[in-house]
Amino acid sequence: MTELLQHLVNGTSLGTIYALIALGYTMVYGVLKLINFAHGDVYMVGAFAGYYVASALGVQERPTLGKAVLVFVGAMAITGLLGFLIERLAYRPLRARPRLTALITAIGVSFLLEYGFQLPSFRTQAANLEGALRGWGVAVPAWLSALFARLPAEFPPGPTPRFFPEPFERVDWTVLGGVHVSNYDVVSLLVAIGFMVALQLIVFRTRFGTAMRAVSFDARTAGLMGIPVNRIISGTFVLGSVLAGVAALLVAGSRPRIDPIMGLMPGLKAFVAAVFGGIGSVPGAMVGGLALGLGEEMVAGYTSSSFRDGIAFAMLILVLLVRPEGLFGRVTVEKV
Amino acid sequence: MRFVRAVAVVVAAFTVAACQSKKPETQAPAAPAAAAPAASDRVLVGHVGSMTGSEATFGQSTDNGIRLAAEQWNAKGGVKGKPIDVKTYDSQGKPEEAAVAATRLLVNDKVNVLLGEVASSRSLAMAPAADDRQVPMITPSSTNPRVTKEGGKVRPFVFRVCFIDPFQGTVMAKFARDNLKVTKVAILRDVGNDYSVGLADFFQDKFRYLGGEIVTDQSYKAGDQDFKAQLTAIKNKSPEAIYVPGYYTDVALIARQARELGMKQPLLGGDGWDSQKLYEIGGKAIEGSYYSNHYSPDDPNPRIQEFVQAYQKRFGGIPDGLAAQGYDAAMVAFDAMVRATAPGGVPLRDAIAATKGYPGVTGIITIDENHDAQKPAVVLEVKGGKSVFVTSVSP
Repeated sequence: MTELLQHLVNGTSLGTIYALIALGYTMVYGVLKLINFAHGDVYMVGAFAGYYVASALGVQERPTLGKAVLVFVGAMAITGLLGFLIERLAYRPLRARPRLTALITAIGVSFLLEYGFQLPSFRTQAANLEGALRGWGVAVPAWLSALFARLPAEFPPGPTPRFFPEPFERVDWTVLGGVHVSNYDVVSLLVAIGFMVALQLIVFRTRFGTAMRAVSFDARTAGLMGIPVNRIISGTFVLGSVLAGVAALLVAGSRPRIDPIMGLMPGLKAFVAAVFGGIGSVPGAMVGGLALGLGEEMVAGYTSSSFRDGIAFAMLILVLLVRPEGLFGRVTVEKV
Repeated sequence: MRFVRAVAVVVAAFTVAACQSKKPETQAPAAPAAAAPAASDRVLVGHVGSMTGSEATFGQSTDNGIRLAAEQWNAKGGVKGKPIDVKTYDSQGKPEEAAVAATRLLVNDKVNVLLGEVASSRSLAMAPAADDRQVPMITPSSTNPRVTKEGGKVRPFVFRVCFIDPFQGTVMAKFARDNLKVTKVAILRDVGNDYSVGLADFFQDKFRYLGGEIVTDQSYKAGDQDFKAQLTAIKNKSPEAIYVPGYYTDVALIARQARELGMKQPLLGGDGWDSQKLYEIGGKAIEGSYYSNHYSPDDPNPRIQEFVQAYQKRFGGIPDGLAAQGYDAAMVAFDAMVRATAPGGVPLRDAIAATKGYPGVTGIITIDENHDAQKPAVVLEVKGGKSVFVTSVSP
């Protein structure tokens, strides 16, 4: 019994993460009918953004609640900006093209982030360049050397994993005779639920949400009605990316290893969760994420962890076979 | 649209600038090569190591060890009067990169001897290339038996200066039964790693043979973030110790998550734990755990202390087992070059194979008929943020 309860706690904590990432997929799909495969990498950037902000604030030495909030806000701002830039530079120019073009571009953006972050840091690269120039007998001017020395030594991070400092102190509780729950699990769950409720309110209770739904329904007609379609789509990307940033920090706080390809698997799995719940549906993404987290945990705990990743994709195939619109999705009838 | 075009122009400008500035970099290796003496006047040592990636300290430590050995020989005038150069390529912790780097060293750089890798799965990717090109390869720390012996046949050009997993797994099984006096152990292995799977199998056989019980055998994949599902399952079987023969980043996370689940058992492991990062990441969670290793820097033996001091003076910091192994691998190669009629190819291969009683930092090295070194292992305990010598086990 204790074991089952512990698995439930672990699975929920994993599931909330998937749910938060899945929300980003769902929202973007809702308005653009585009699977944003770079979303998992936005999540990765969120973890690194948090790491850099935390190092700048010295969280490692003295974690406080204020610093934790700053780390969150900083990482959210950076991922939001990244989401805006990705949409503006990569997807908007291709919006009129066939949908496949945008999909392939999304995969391209994903690779750009993954492999771009695996490059040596700018300072190392500059130092190599300087060394090569000297080896060639080219005089490097002093101002250039000085400029090189001021380049970031930690960015891009390269393939070596980093360790995320604990943003606030960890407290473990033992409940119900042996089930271990930490304040991280509780905070993650509360933050995730909070963001999901806020998102639901934004979508159904605000002007922005109404506009979003209108664009989702028919972008051209919405534009004719005076809705700033471009701004709405940008806003959707920013919102989705911010959620990915939050998910990354919640993960990194309790599972502190971060590296440039950490977004790959969670990204794919969150996509599965979004499809499972019904892509385009906010409650669907939440339920799908939780179901996937719990499913994985049970499979890994009771059978073998080798089946862990298999379960996610088995779920995807099953949903596509039995109920392609997902749990909460709506069947849309195309009127000719 | 104008905005996009402006951005495109800026990007294009950067790309052009980058291409121009890159040019000298790619051509740079040609310049020093031209300035240096021709290939026959020097000895070129190629090293493939994980300089970056999840096991970055493995490659970095090994590289330091190799460079220290080369510098010491160069200070004495090199090998038979020829200076030694070391060329290192990064494997990024990926077997496919290791194979590419090995081929590059063998074909383009024409190295006399190839050193590397630490991880068995990456050495296994390099070994066929060394055999094909008939260049001797010495792996400092790959302990999986298949690295030097494939399908019952010894690889003609591949050697190692460390013990092998059947022995390492045995050491820990013996230690768990005899010193820790535990009877119930759980295993948590990295299924995608030749080293981890081999070590777990050998541990399991020996531990059962000694009358112990393996209560559960769980697995993970390197790079996993979450180990709680497996750990919860292990916890339910209440073992007295957990054998985790993985690499340090995963092990440190496993230790943390085990403690978060309220598990107090010591973890046991192998030489893949040996990194400063283990203590940094694992912190309190890894304290009181044990692992088998190649050597202990606390050993009072003057040969070892001399090395520890030289290393500290050159690089700062205490050399870990990987640094000592890298040093020994390079030293065995140089020692063989002095005895060989030619510093490469078949003569060097024969000279390395004939190595007998070489006094290395990690023990007396004798290469046996399987191209393995017979050496004792040490068991270390993690205590106060470092590893403390517990006992030494001979084969």
